[in-house]
Amino acid sequence: MRLLFWKNVKMKVMRKTDSCIIEHSKITVNGDPVFESQSETFHDFAKDAYKNLELNYPKFHKMDNLSKLAFLAAEMILKDDDHSRTALVLANRSSSLDTDFKYQESINSEGNYFPSPAVFVYTLPNICVGEISIRHTMQTENAFFVLDEFDEKFLTDYAEQILLSGKAEKVLCGWTELFQENYKAFVYLLTL
Amino acid sequence: MKKETYITDYNCVTPLGFDVASNWNHLVEGKSGVALHKVIENHEAFYASIIDTEKLEEEFKPNFDNPDFTRLEKMFLLSLKPLVEKHEITEETAFILSTTKGNISLLKNQTELPEGVYLSNLAQKIADYFGFKTKPVVVSNACVSGVMAIAVAKNMIQAGKYKDAFVIAGDEVSEFVISGFNSFQAIGTEPCKPYDKNRNGINIGEAAAATYITSAPNENENFRFKISGDSAVNDANHISGPSRTGDGLYASIKSAMTEANVTSEQIDFISAHGTATIYNDEMEAIAFNRMELQNIPLNSMKGYYGHCLGASGLLESIISMESARHGILIPSKNFEETGVSQPLNIIKENQFAAIQYILKTASGFGGCNAAIVLEKC
Repeated sequence: MRLLFWKNVKMKVMRKTDSCIIEHSKITVNGDPVFESQSETFHDFAKDAYKNLELNYPKFHKMDNLSKLAFLAAEMILKDDDHSRTALVLANRSSSLDTDFKYQESINSEGNYFPSPAVFVYTLPNICVGEISIRHTMQTENAFFVLDEFDEKFLTDYAEQILLSGKAEKVLCGWTELFQENYKAFVYLLTL
Repeated sequence: MKKETYITDYNCVTPLGFDVASNWNHLVEGKSGVALHKVIENHEAFYASIIDTEKLEEEFKPNFDNPDFTRLEKMFLLSLKPLVEKHEITEETAFILSTTKGNISLLKNQTELPEGVYLSNLAQKIADYFGFKTKPVVVSNACVSGVMAIAVAKNMIQAGKYKDAFVIAGDEVSEFVISGFNSFQAIGTEPCKPYDKNRNGINIGEAAAATYITSAPNENENFRFKISGDSAVNDANHISGPSRTGDGLYASIKSAMTEANVTSEQIDFISAHGTATIYNDEMEAIAFNRMELQNIPLNSMKGYYGHCLGASGLLESIISMESARHGILIPSKNFEETGVSQPLNIIKENQFAAIQYILKTASGFGGCNAAIVLEKC
């Protein structure tokens, strides 16, 4: 009984303060559309969004597409606020397979063997978490999970545990899925 | 009240053996799994720690009827089987899999993604074989994955989501990974020498490891290690280079030790990351000194197993618990003369020691770091 009561209290105190969805060449923040482009590829859409939203962060252009997606979504929520106590917990289905596939093409044949460190470094899904951490100077708790589908309850439970432990005050949480032209980001900020 | 979580069983599959006892015996003898291997056709050979495929098949066949598994999946299955036979899987049992690249070898010369390269499919295949009832969770956080997977099990059990968890970690030596680290010029030209003056890079390794973690240990367990604290803080500095200040590792250790409520003097042994790259080892030395841990006996297992990526953190945690159980500290293989700017107490020969508190750390690409404190109960 006591445990049940505690659980109920816990559920009440978690708050989702901001959220961002990116899909079909469109960015929606807290339910309001903030940017839409007619571009047909993710690459062009990301470039248009970067220009239009005046992000001014040249490192963006070196990122792989998964990092660009996660970065754009995080940017919409984190803005220029202080996030020195904001943890990052992201997940997706395709891990870094978008870049893995490109990297593999660069080593498939003997005659066309050009492994590039700049590509190889993005063959890990948590690199996008690193990119967001660098952008917002977040020396904070972070984790990346691979799940077969978006599981908000799992991510929220995990975020809640970080908040209850006192290791962070907020958690930027969510789903950043991308493989070639199929992508969706749903990222949100949680606090106690 | 915080629920306590304990590691009460484990197993591993490595070039040094297909169970913990054979691994331990080989480590005490100073044996290494690292040797020269031809991994990429028409390319030079690399030093790597690789499981003999014939031996793996010999071990696999009598244990499993169905041969339809990849090499990595066979490693996972062999590592997990003895644990599943001893501990019941219920509706409240989590299944957590740590890996960086999973079945990435399947991608070679493909024009479309094979289903097996999805990490969630890999996890589901293993889960289905043993009859897990909850959805698998994959932790893929570069080289800290194995340490983080232990922390994830602890945190999800404490969140009340599960009662117990099987955590497995594995990665395989592949052309994909070897070519990538080689393009970074990060691969050593000889067996790796963590923290040594003459270190010149990593050896890649492969292994699978498995642990059973529970909030309700029974009286029949052979041993019990409490997962007392954990943390994984990002450097926020560079995606491929270690921080020069050791900020993220320092903060991870500090936060894990705070949660565990232990001081630096109380730590009996550090199982460090020690990849044998110039910058990683230096970064660790700085972080350990900032935490005043420079006098605590420390080793890196990379000289025995190479860097097993997503498996390394779990495998090395298991070996550190074996150290505590036997009361023997294992030397940091291939270390001769210090090559880091700050003092460290690097273990040079087998020595007896009473070990209660273990600090296990790891660091990786993406600026990630992880630390856990394990307490022998």
